[in-house]
Amino acid sequence: MSNVFADTFAWLADPLHWAGSMGIPARLGEHLQYTGLVMLIATAIAVPVGMFVGHTGRGRVAIVALAGALRALPTLGLLILFVLLAGIGLMPPIWALVILTVPPLLAGTYAGISSVDRNVVDAARAMGMTELQVLFRAELPNALTVMFGGFRTGVLQVIATVSVVAYINLGGLGRYLFDGLVLSDFPQMLGGSLLIAVLAIAVDLLLSLFQRLFLTPGASKLSFRSQEAAVALTDPVVAETVVQGGKS
Amino acid sequence: MEWFLANSGMILERGGQHLALALVPMVLGLLISIPLAQLARQNSALRSVVLTASSLLYTIPSLALFIILPTILGTRILDPLNVVVALTIYAVALLVRAALDAFDSVDADVSQAAQAMGFKPLARFLQVDLPLSLPVMFAGLRVVSVSNISLVSVAALLGVGNLGMLFTDGLQRDFVTEVVVGIIAILVLALLMDAVLVLLERVLTPWERAGKLKNHGAQDVPSGTTAAEEAASTVGEAA
Repeated sequence: MSNVFADTFAWLADPLHWAGSMGIPARLGEHLQYTGLVMLIATAIAVPVGMFVGHTGRGRVAIVALAGALRALPTLGLLILFVLLAGIGLMPPIWALVILTVPPLLAGTYAGISSVDRNVVDAARAMGMTELQVLFRAELPNALTVMFGGFRTGVLQVIATVSVVAYINLGGLGRYLFDGLVLSDFPQMLGGSLLIAVLAIAVDLLLSLFQRLFLTPGASKLSFRSQEAAVALTDPVVAETVVQGGKS
Repeated sequence: MEWFLANSGMILERGGQHLALALVPMVLGLLISIPLAQLARQNSALRSVVLTASSLLYTIPSLALFIILPTILGTRILDPLNVVVALTIYAVALLVRAALDAFDSVDADVSQAAQAMGFKPLARFLQVDLPLSLPVMFAGLRVVSVSNISLVSVAALLGVGNLGMLFTDGLQRDFVTEVVVGIIAILVLALLMDAVLVLLERVLTPWERAGKLKNHGAQDVPSGTTAAEEAASTVGEAA
């Protein structure tokens, strides 16, 4: 057993694995690049639609049903279906990933907007704001924390699913798992798995740090105790139970 | 359709494997998380440790966990046990939180009334707290069921037998029908499991329907918090 760990450590420490187009930094770069591209497209689709539904309340039932149905869709099946229908290349798997990422983002945006205190919205309207001003100046700022919770779920889901994409001949850290599988090179597989796990945890911590620093305005001005309470109340975990994105 | 009929035996067998790999972790997860949540409720330090650990473990992608676990468990990479353990970890991570919410959703007055009537702690837990927490618990179970069924297919990449095999095989043979059949089979499995859970919940919580008939104007949003509110309001009425 210790042998496997030693071999894995040796694999991770080998300078050969840290250079070139198949090196760990390059694979990490690909992994983040795919993730970024998917998040960019998915956000561009989900946030406006979610804001519209949250503000007007139209299509709420459709969104809840859609998010539930898509959660049951197997990631791997969708990825392979897209590749078989549209061919190998960068975009087919990216579109499959977008389809899987839109529901949690959409649900998060919708839940965020509609969770804003109705008194705040009514007050904004009573002050003479137009509907657009109500949406962008009253609802959106108050909804940001919950919306970000959905975004965080989405990012983690994409990072996990991008490792599967390596199975269909794309890059990313998942390559080590499948190359290792073919070669029966277990240290390589384990090394790659550890890298993916560390990446997911690190990104999640960074996002939660970002959320605490920038998305809980006012919290920093409060005393430490009440700040803790505010963080606990607005923790993405709360959003998670509302949003419940998929898991890959 | 022709291919589906010709291979229905194989698909049924894969479906059986798939169901077992999804169901066993769900039951194990439930058996672990109920006592764990109960302990965490009595100890706030344990509560925060449990919540942090579960969200950390839930963050690890499944494919990575399927490969890391054999080293820890001493199993072979193809062993279905890896999948069962990995999915049990995810199930516990989700269900511990659901169980905590579920127990919190029980009206403290009802629980105290039971104590005043002479229920011993264990009897009170089994006969009062646990049944009343079922609606929120089931909301969590339904999420675990859907996500487990979808996750099991990833294990096919490593060669563990289940419906996900239809995807890997379909890709190698460039055969779209097989992939589509696989997707539909998994969706049907998820829907069936969900229906079974909904039915089970209805059978186990007859008072929920009685409450709903009285205030049928209530919104029917499928989320944990509303289920909790509903449970709280029905309990209030009964009391």
